[in-house]
Amino acid sequence: MALEEIVEHCQNLYDDLDFSSVNRWKNAVSGRKVVGHMPVYVPRELIHAAGMLPVGILGGGDQLDVIHGDAYYQSYICRIPRSTIELAVTGRLDVLDGMLFPSTCDVIRNLSGMWQLKFQDKFVRYVDVPQDFDLDVGGAFYTRELQQLRDDLAELSGNEITDEALNASIALYNENRRAISELYAYRSAQPWQVPTPEVYLLMRAGMLLPVDEHTSLIHDYIAAAQAVKRPVRDNCRVVVNGLFCEQPPLGLLKSIEMAGCYIVDDDFMLVARWLLKDVPTTGDPLRNLSHAFINYSVETSCKYVPTREAKGKFLIDSVRKTHAEGVIFSSPSFCDPALLDRPMLQKALTTQGIPYTAFKFAENSGQMQPIREQAGTFADSIKLWSAA
Amino acid sequence: MNTAATDTEDVQKEESMILQKAMISANYDALSTAHEEGKKISSTFVPGNLNELLMCFDFVRNLPEINALQAGMRKKSGGYIMEAERSGHSEDVCTYVKSDLGMMSKGQVGPNGKPLPTPDLLLLSYTGCFTFMKWFELVRDQYDCETAMLHVPYQADGKITENMRHFVVTQLKEHVIPTLERVSGIKFDIDRLREYLRESAKAEDDLVWVLQSAKNRPSPIDAYFGGVYYCGPIFTAFRGTRETTDYYKSLRVEVEDRLAKGLGPVTPEGTLDEERIRLVVEGPPNWTHFRDFWKMFYDEGVVVVASSYTKVGGVYDFGFRHDPDNPLETLADYCLGCYTNHSLPSRVDMLCNYMDEYQADGFLVNSIKSCNSFSAGQLLMLREIEERTGKPAGFIETDLVDPRYFSSANVKNRLESYFQMIEQKKARGQDRTAA
Repeated sequence: MALEEIVEHCQNLYDDLDFSSVNRWKNAVSGRKVVGHMPVYVPRELIHAAGMLPVGILGGGDQLDVIHGDAYYQSYICRIPRSTIELAVTGRLDVLDGMLFPSTCDVIRNLSGMWQLKFQDKFVRYVDVPQDFDLDVGGAFYTRELQQLRDDLAELSGNEITDEALNASIALYNENRRAISELYAYRSAQPWQVPTPEVYLLMRAGMLLPVDEHTSLIHDYIAAAQAVKRPVRDNCRVVVNGLFCEQPPLGLLKSIEMAGCYIVDDDFMLVARWLLKDVPTTGDPLRNLSHAFINYSVETSCKYVPTREAKGKFLIDSVRKTHAEGVIFSSPSFCDPALLDRPMLQKALTTQGIPYTAFKFAENSGQMQPIREQAGTFADSIKLWSAA
Repeated sequence: MNTAATDTEDVQKEESMILQKAMISANYDALSTAHEEGKKISSTFVPGNLNELLMCFDFVRNLPEINALQAGMRKKSGGYIMEAERSGHSEDVCTYVKSDLGMMSKGQVGPNGKPLPTPDLLLLSYTGCFTFMKWFELVRDQYDCETAMLHVPYQADGKITENMRHFVVTQLKEHVIPTLERVSGIKFDIDRLREYLRESAKAEDDLVWVLQSAKNRPSPIDAYFGGVYYCGPIFTAFRGTRETTDYYKSLRVEVEDRLAKGLGPVTPEGTLDEERIRLVVEGPPNWTHFRDFWKMFYDEGVVVVASSYTKVGGVYDFGFRHDPDNPLETLADYCLGCYTNHSLPSRVDMLCNYMDEYQADGFLVNSIKSCNSFSAGQLLMLREIEERTGKPAGFIETDLVDPRYFSSANVKNRLESYFQMIEQKKARGQDRTAA
């Protein structure tokens, strides 16, 4: 496929608030089931191994008119739960046979209970992940939680989840993670060739498509992007942080790049990049997934950082690895994890002499001019310092 | 409305309130002098606090939420919050956190007017509130002291599983207790823990009796505004001590006496004579205008007969008691059972049970801007409870300790309209019964 076709395909998937591709997948074979999940991390391998399609539910973005959802939430609560409720009460999520709510924050946690109250015929699970990172303590707890989830998903699907099936699913997701790493490495090396709005759309496609199809799509995109030559701009290189749950409008990412910043790392769709290395595909798959979570998963605001010294290290490492010149904290309004974390991360950056700027957004933010101006000023200041 | 309605300067207090005030003052004094006396200090949170365990290591206990609450009642939290916002903390996040951080920036002076020393340990019991985790990361960043993390899994399906209990107990054994031993220099003595737990259970029996006295008509207590006083010792630095057992004994005697005399609750302006409306309230109170807020209720003869906030530091009225025969398991069950660690359906069930058992006329949500753990989902809870009980529900919004989010006129207007609605509904019900 040509580059434009791939991007257009991803854009169509992104724009489709009726989840048509998921409906098509489900209806193609009788008995197929679909399980939705909220950001930030759930072990999608388990859903896949049960023969079901994991689907990322990421709110309604800036195209959904939220009419019912606002009646469920006070004004001081972020946007993503209200647009997610809107998607559900308007029947757009009827395609889902179940829903997983990961341990993200109090709002998403309580949304799991709202789902239990409102959609009593649906399978609902809260996925608790350990904040104790001792393999024998938090790891053991998580392994047993995974076993429970495995049993529940097997019951929902009607398919036993064997170790062989799960190891095969892990192998597919390993391939997917490798493809994404390749994409991110390519963007970091030549960001003018791989604009972040395109990366974002590709990652969003991965929330809807079967994993192997998504992996192929990434490979196709990289090949297509390499085949064209795009102009190099005099942009600075930035890491964006805070986009792990409520999604930025596409216009926000475009605005940052148009303002003179190449985004060279980000924290959106972390579910696809949560595990930083391949998970072994032999042995006890639950233990392997649990160990991967404990030993090599990303740091984000939803996770506890056990020592003061380690706070912010992951972000600093990302800046160093990608040769970024600054960080843009782009946090959703009323996002407790991102906003409580931000001062600590900013302090860590300051100690390393890494410049940053910060603003808030909502998934339905329409006015991008202030963001463009702020990002532009930030880019200018970086260039001025570099020149000095 | 009140038999002893007096000048508001001449505030009426129950004996137990005076006793409690003395206990709190003594604890702040103990905190102020702890380091001089060679004692260690642990900061910890109210929900899921391990007070009995900390006492085994002679830690003096500091509770940042209580400091923020006290700052709110003393009209200092507004300045602290603005100080924290000036230093980069978002206007969107929890004001307990910002009050605490602002207090630190402004010299860390406690409610007794003396500096609060730096804690030696942060015991982060991550129970029912995500913000706790970030709060102690932020505090750790300032104090650079050791942190012991206890992850308490969420009761998402309305039950405590063996895996959850085992996880909490294992963390206690493998991480929390060894850290407490190391920081305090004192070896863990499980029999000492059993003794404290035995005392806790006695006090819990009396607390439950007091809270359930509100099933009577008239209720001898207000289970929200008065309830926060009644829960004070058991939710904070005192659970497991003899003085707490004595406090609850004397509180029970006090309430038994009021009940025998058919008296209503004691308000700051005296005993409430006429109980017109009985409410169940969900959510924490506002602290910056606590007395004004309370007055909006008792002026209208409204008594809160049950509340969820008085369960935030432990749910005892469905049978749980600390069990000295299973000391670590009981600590796990206590942490897992705190109110905000319950799923929304469980919370709805609990509140419907209160509406029924306490013969409430209405259900009110005080939605707190700072507290998503409580607030997210409350509008759906309200509808569910209204539907299941057929009783009118009301909704107001305030904040814990940010005075900018307490609009007296708005809250009063809403409450008055709500109370009128309840009375009309009650009158219609009575008419129908008479017919």
